Amino acid sequence: MEAFQNRFYLNFIKDDRWQYIWDGLGVTLKVTFFAVLLGILLGFLVAVVRSTNEKTGKLKFLNFLAKVYLTVIRGTPVVVQLLIIYFVIFGSVKIDKVFVAVLAFGLNSGAYVAEIFRSGIMSIDNGQFEAGRSLGFNYVQTMYHIIMPQAFKNVLPALGNEFIVLLKETSVSGYIAMQDLTKGGDIIRSQTYDAFMPLLAVAAIYLVMVMIFTKLVGILERRLRSSDH
Amino acid sequence: MKKRMLSILLAAVCVFALAACGGDGGSSDDAKGDGKDDAKKEERQVLVMATNAEFPPYEYYEGKEVVGIDVDICKAIADELGMELEIEDMAFDSIVAAVSSGKADFGAAGMTVDPDRAEQVNFTDTYAHSSQVVIVKKGSDIATPDDLEGKGIGVQLGTTGDSFADDIEGATVERYNKGFEAVQALSQDKIDAVIIDREPAKEFIKEAEDLVILDESYTEEDYAMIVAKDNDELLEKINGALKNLKDSGKLDEIIGKYINSEE
Repeated sequence: MEAFQNRFYLNFIKDDRWQYIWDGLGVTLKVTFFAVLLGILLGFLVAVVRSTNEKTGKLKFLNFLAKVYLTVIRGTPVVVQLLIIYFVIFGSVKIDKVFVAVLAFGLNSGAYVAEIFRSGIMSIDNGQFEAGRSLGFNYVQTMYHIIMPQAFKNVLPALGNEFIVLLKETSVSGYIAMQDLTKGGDIIRSQTYDAFMPLLAVAAIYLVMVMIFTKLVGILERRLRSSDH
Repeated sequence: MKKRMLSILLAAVCVFALAACGGDGGSSDDAKGDGKDDAKKEERQVLVMATNAEFPPYEYYEGKEVVGIDVDICKAIADELGMELEIEDMAFDSIVAAVSSGKADFGAAGMTVDPDRAEQVNFTDTYAHSSQVVIVKKGSDIATPDDLEGKGIGVQLGTTGDSFADDIEGATVERYNKGFEAVQALSQDKIDAVIIDREPAKEFIKEAEDLVILDESYTEEDYAMIVAKDNDELLEKINGALKNLKDSGKLDEIIGKYINSEE
């Protein structure tokens, strides 16, 4: 037990090492939050373009762009995308790393969110769409008032899943020397040469964050479902 | 609903408690297992060396093979001991843990003798002299290591440069996984300076014309290999072999092969 206390002291208390984890947690949350926003925005736009094209045959050029985006982003690992954005696209400028990470993870997440949204939109029976049109709604109104609310409810579990993945994926941002939660643990590890405590602490924090998030999504799901009856 | 949350929480706590026990028990088991493992390895006459092959000229990849000063020295040591050398390439900050947990027999990675590391592993006799230097862009306003205060400094995670940079007042330390990534970030103006060992620094700036090494080095230091705390036998063997290499002039020969002693 005393050995355990000593290790705890060495890894977290001595030299205020807990701050690496605390600051890292802040960075992780910040990156995740803004990346989620960017992901939703991008994903929504791409999904609207794609499904409009599928339903009406319009927006051919935008649809082509969206397809290229999906292919490139889904076809390459997020770590590589992150490194490309940091070392190639912003190759010769001093740039805020949080911004780079938000951009990389947001762009990445957007591609997956787009397909999730599209599957939601396409899952709504075409009869709903025709009903809307026959009530006098135009395409946009039908989408907004009839299709989207139902689609959103259908995709919520998949969407929650995507954000859990995103939260954990930010752990690779150490590759661009950003001090997120995982890197915070790594720094402690490099100073104390103890793998056990820092890694388990980091894992526990991720787990708790995901559990809280899952709970929140669950509440939202139940709220939305109350309109089913 | 509350009950369910409670049970989830309880389950999580149990898992972690178990993990904690498992981990603790495991490490003491490991320590016991070490002796056996070593005995086995010695039967097979294989000596596992942990290193980080991104540190030219001490260890780096040439084609598929890891080569460099440390590798040559360790091969010579293994020859002296009548053993076969096996190289494990890993992240620099994992080497100490790999050696202390018995995943590797010893570590040789241009590793500076320092008290924090000495708490976890034993150092052999030193075999090379080095220094931490500062790399900056040409025309930078940093002229001596004292000018580093308040600057953005890139280092490789877990190196001595990392711990030195940490102590510089007002400086933001960016810890890259690889030394060359820090140098790359410097040449892209993302940071103001890089603190790194002299010989790798010279290798890295060969490729980048706009970078220079400050004349005044940051600190002087010595490299040694590391061996697990409880493995005194191997420590003595390596020290003996190192002494032979020093006496016969082989050590200087190897170092001279990689480093031009023009300066």
